[in-house]
Amino acid sequence: MTRDQDFYAALTHLSKTAYVPGENKRLYDKDISPLKNRMARENKIVESLEKAVELSGLRNGMTISFHHHFRDGDHIVNMVMDTLARMGFRDLRLAPSSLSDVHAPLIQHIKNGVISHIETSGCRGALAKAVSQGLMDEPMVFRSHGGRAAAIEEDEIHIDVAFLGASSCDPFGNANGYSREGEEKSMCGSLGYARVDAQYADNVIVLTDNIVGYPNVPFGISQRLVDYIVCVDDVGDASKIMTGATRFSTNPHDLMIAETTSNVIVHSGYFYDGFSLQTGSGGASLAVTRFLREAMLEKNIHASFALGGITGAMVKLLEEGLVRRLLDVQSFDLDAAQSLKNNRFHQQIDANYYANPYRRGAAVNQLDVVVLSALEVDTSFNVNVLTGSDGVIRGAVGGHPDTAAGAALSVVVCPLMRGRMPSVRERVNTIVTPGDTVDVLVTDQGIAVNPKRPEVKERLEKAHLKVTSIEELAYRAERITGKPDLLPFGDKIVGVCTYRDGSVLDLIRNIT
Amino acid sequence: MLFVPGNNPGMMSDAHIYGSDALMFDLEDSVTLREKDAARLLVYHALRTIHYGECERVVRVNPLNTPYGKADIEAMVAAGAEVIRLPKTETAQDIFDTEAEIERAEQKFGIPIGQTRMMAAIEGALGVVNAYAIATASPRLVAIALGAEDYCANLKTSRSLEGSELFFARGAIVVAARAAGIDCIDTVYSDVNNEEQLVKETQAIKQLGFDGKSVINPRQIKPVHRVFTPTHEEIGKAQRILAASQEAAARGSGVVALDGKMIDRPVVLRAQRTLELAYASRAVFEEEEL
Repeated sequence: MTRDQDFYAALTHLSKTAYVPGENKRLYDKDISPLKNRMARENKIVESLEKAVELSGLRNGMTISFHHHFRDGDHIVNMVMDTLARMGFRDLRLAPSSLSDVHAPLIQHIKNGVISHIETSGCRGALAKAVSQGLMDEPMVFRSHGGRAAAIEEDEIHIDVAFLGASSCDPFGNANGYSREGEEKSMCGSLGYARVDAQYADNVIVLTDNIVGYPNVPFGISQRLVDYIVCVDDVGDASKIMTGATRFSTNPHDLMIAETTSNVIVHSGYFYDGFSLQTGSGGASLAVTRFLREAMLEKNIHASFALGGITGAMVKLLEEGLVRRLLDVQSFDLDAAQSLKNNRFHQQIDANYYANPYRRGAAVNQLDVVVLSALEVDTSFNVNVLTGSDGVIRGAVGGHPDTAAGAALSVVVCPLMRGRMPSVRERVNTIVTPGDTVDVLVTDQGIAVNPKRPEVKERLEKAHLKVTSIEELAYRAERITGKPDLLPFGDKIVGVCTYRDGSVLDLIRNIT
Repeated sequence: MLFVPGNNPGMMSDAHIYGSDALMFDLEDSVTLREKDAARLLVYHALRTIHYGECERVVRVNPLNTPYGKADIEAMVAAGAEVIRLPKTETAQDIFDTEAEIERAEQKFGIPIGQTRMMAAIEGALGVVNAYAIATASPRLVAIALGAEDYCANLKTSRSLEGSELFFARGAIVVAARAAGIDCIDTVYSDVNNEEQLVKETQAIKQLGFDGKSVINPRQIKPVHRVFTPTHEEIGKAQRILAASQEAAARGSGVVALDGKMIDRPVVLRAQRTLELAYASRAVFEEEEL
């Protein structure tokens, strides 16, 4: 007996009460019914969205969130907002990971006071235009993907209820951006941005048009994080969520920029066996991947991993063994989504893992090279990807500042002019990525290297690439386009562009 | 040499970035009658505003027997075009007439007489017959070129894949150019999506002796350059031949030998040309150790 007492004395944290069958009310009673019956009785599926909202305890003034993996095919945001408006909610604060053209109906909800504030990575189309014209009382807050993840983790953004669309979900909430059972109605691949919301939101409601058998693993979102599941007719328009594999551009202009970019990477000093890279989406960056592939084959160089928004072009490199692993926070096309589903070396990651600036292991910090696009670049190498040459919001911050800061070499790619507008100029409309994190600018009319990186400039010159100063590029553009008139900005601040740590980078004023 | 329609500002603003050796702004066939004035003005301003770097700037003007020829020449000389290309050249007289107009314009705008050079396109049977007379008609003339479409129409035939209908004209133009000591440029290959045939045709005209080929799309530049760029083996061999020749000269010997074989003077000349092409195509760079 003494020996037992000694034993207990050492384990002070144990309750030391003896087990009594049925005594602990927090324990589930043993259920002897077959799984199929239990699944029918105890699942998290709620009969309607209204019911789920009620159960979640949502109140006026609270913050709700969405993900943007369904891109321009998304039905979730509009469906949920219409429902909440009908239910009489007001002053809701929206924190979607991004917004696109399809979200124009939010304009009405803003006018009617259902939505009072929006924090997002991007905004496009009619909604963006209305916001630029001063639709909202509070300015829209723009955050990078890494910045948003950090703000959520630090509780700067506290999500009360997350409404997360999923291409498939089992009755207990294991959710995915694809389906392993039969044909999915819609498919988006990675649920990287939604995973952060699922982890930190007080309540998580998954909306799906495809309930599948338990367990839906490997999962994008774990059942552990999901409170309610709502079955809807469709989560989105499949044709707008995913384009097929994007064709390579045959535009000589795009090809020429892509080839130059590939040459810059090859001679930058960061092209070695085991290097890591991220390229964006769009015709030109797909072509970069193609040219880089040729250089990798020729020089027998493999990449340890490719990161970010993943495209079919990158998947091809994985399948050829030229890239060893893919880290996928967002799948850009059907080939990428299929690969995520089928290839175990194609790993789904969340936005924290991807780009949280406070995470030492954040994947962006492991990048050697990132290729980024730009709407405008200025002579201090600041980049704008958010507002157009007319001053109107029309883009997204995305992972731009995260990857530029994280990668050892950031290469920004843009044509010197777009139509009559110069893309390289004295000052960008809106600073999204600070120039001190941008290393090389590639345009169709020459390459400029940030004076902070003289060693890179030297390497490129040694390889006989056309390196010039950024001032010279801006001068060349202006010689052809002339100096654009000043934009008709008003006094109202309609947008705040924040940096990765939440500090304010730039303000966006209304366009009159 | 890349063709750039003279009525397309978008193409004109960045035509030089694709790496062609020359740009030919066209005021002639790619510009409709209604746009002749506008195109002339546009090319004039483009030449005066845009920095085309190392690209040679050629303008194809309308023939003098049209209402536009004179004005074209005057504007392009004033804009500082390096080469005026005369289309549909049939006789030496065409060259004399054009030269007179160029000289008048040079005088008018205070440009050194003789600075503007000329190029003649031969696009008919009469031009081919007169090729040598045309090629030697003016010291301004730097090259003659073949325009195949008009030539075929004139010959009452059509263009074929193997190009047998052009064989005589191409031969005549190369021989005339070589006899006159000027360059010769081959006609365009118009199917931009058929790179394989473009390469075949370029190989064939290079073998005939042409110095270059006209292209209508930036995508055609690389394949043409690849054909004309000497391979590493060719460059290496040329370097060794020249080294042997220099060594022989240093010894004061007229006989050059390499690997136990005697090397004739034509072989040395060809080696020199190979290296010139290698420099021009950036296959090697001047400062690199040869």
